[in-house]
Amino acid sequence: MSAVAWLTQFLEVLAALVLAPLFLGWVNACRAWLQNRRAPSLLLPYHGIRKLFHKDAVIAESASPLFRLAPYVVFGAMVAAAAVIPSMGTGLPFRSAADAIALVGLFAIARVFMSLAAMDIGTAFGTLGARRDMMIGFLAEPALLMVIFVASLLSATTALPLIAERLVIQPLALYPSLAFTAVAFTMVLLAENARIPVDNPATHLELTMIHEAMLLEYSARHLALMEWAAALKLFNYACIGFALFVPWGASIGSTGIGALALSLPALLAKLAVAGLWLALLETVSAKLRVFRAPEFMATAFMFAVLGLLVHLLLGA
Amino acid sequence: MQHTPFDLQLLNACAAILLLLSFAMLAQRRIVALVNLLALQGAMLFIATMLLAWRTGQNHLYVSAALTLGLKVIALPWLLHVLIKRLNVQWDSEPLLNVPGTMLIGLVTVVFSFGLAQPIAELASTATRNSLGIAVAVILLAFITMITRRKAMSQVVGFLSMENGLFFGAMSATYGMPMIVEFGVALDVLVAMLVLGVFFFQIREQFDSLDLHNLESLKEDQ
Repeated sequence: MSAVAWLTQFLEVLAALVLAPLFLGWVNACRAWLQNRRAPSLLLPYHGIRKLFHKDAVIAESASPLFRLAPYVVFGAMVAAAAVIPSMGTGLPFRSAADAIALVGLFAIARVFMSLAAMDIGTAFGTLGARRDMMIGFLAEPALLMVIFVASLLSATTALPLIAERLVIQPLALYPSLAFTAVAFTMVLLAENARIPVDNPATHLELTMIHEAMLLEYSARHLALMEWAAALKLFNYACIGFALFVPWGASIGSTGIGALALSLPALLAKLAVAGLWLALLETVSAKLRVFRAPEFMATAFMFAVLGLLVHLLLGA
Repeated sequence: MQHTPFDLQLLNACAAILLLLSFAMLAQRRIVALVNLLALQGAMLFIATMLLAWRTGQNHLYVSAALTLGLKVIALPWLLHVLIKRLNVQWDSEPLLNVPGTMLIGLVTVVFSFGLAQPIAELASTATRNSLGIAVAVILLAFITMITRRKAMSQVVGFLSMENGLFFGAMSATYGMPMIVEFGVALDVLVAMLVLGVFFFQIREQFDSLDLHNLESLKEDQ
């Protein structure tokens, strides 16, 4: 492994850690602009995390060690995921481990620990949030796997870096199957990251919460880690989307340091567009009732399977 | 993966979008949106026919494309919209069987029709033979749309969507039917639409609603 590859790997994780809160801030700012509100500072998520790290943690008496452990596991899973997603370059040392199915597994670990921790205290809202999150998770996961299978069929591999490489190397063509799966992926992204049609990240009403309800008992550094992990998850999902559908701009293969330097502005540009797009989607859609969420996820699954079938039939 | 020419790629994309629109119709509750989707499907069919005509140089396909545009994109949806307004059912939405279930049935249908079309497609010599599976799927999905609806209006929309599928199937298997048959079918659809329009008013006169459920009982006083 060359030094450039390790540098890519290091920079990628660093970029994920640093840019994730900024991306979240950007999405929130775009949303505020689109809704004719004054936008909060782009750096607000950083301030929030810093403030939380300086506070003293309060933990419920009934909490088990699992409750304390969960934020570190969730955060760790997200950082590990960021390490295997080819956001800046595809010539990663972790390349052989960057299997897309393993990635889905990493997200599942984070979800399981988060739900267990939410149930651990035994409050009503925590349990409610955990159950809802599990329901959405188990509906979103098959859709996400289907999306990945379509991309894998197109490039005959389940390794994300290789999928991204194949798409860049191939001559530019119209892939209806990829277009369908892109729609499915966007829907999964919205559902998994507790964005608007499924969950409202800005809500203060406990009865409608999903993601927030699980964090109600957390405070200080634990909450900071959880929120940072949530931002990382959004960032990771965006980067998976880039790797699957718009890998252009990332440095391909084991190229020199020049391509790596160019890949950062490319990533930033892609993130800016994705954030705007996400904010637009959230602004034009209304939050669904919880019982309509399965319909939403079924539609995502349908899109993904349709992409698969269209690929099998038309070969495109 | 071999490189396919760009116009064929576009045709494939059209076919894929047709299939998607069929699914959208399957899941749509509102009648006005259903009619709009039908118009969109007609528009996609028009684009596909134009592309195919341009690609194969068969002039009669231009005529059928024009027919598609006039009839399926403009006339029939307009007629349906007028009917909806006259019957005052704009805000009608009908309860479907649960949407995820219908979608799954739809997906199984698509797999079935792809399997069904595979051996037939191998016999055809056209460049678009792969889309035959999609055409069969559109027909069967329209069928399901008709089966799961109870309002007369949505059943008619399903019927028209089925005609779209048949047309697309003929196009992809043999580059379109003979001109005379196409004109005959177009006339049939138009007349059927007009007759059904009269029917709607009669049904509503009789039962005060367009729910075909009422037709199932033999006597009025029950």
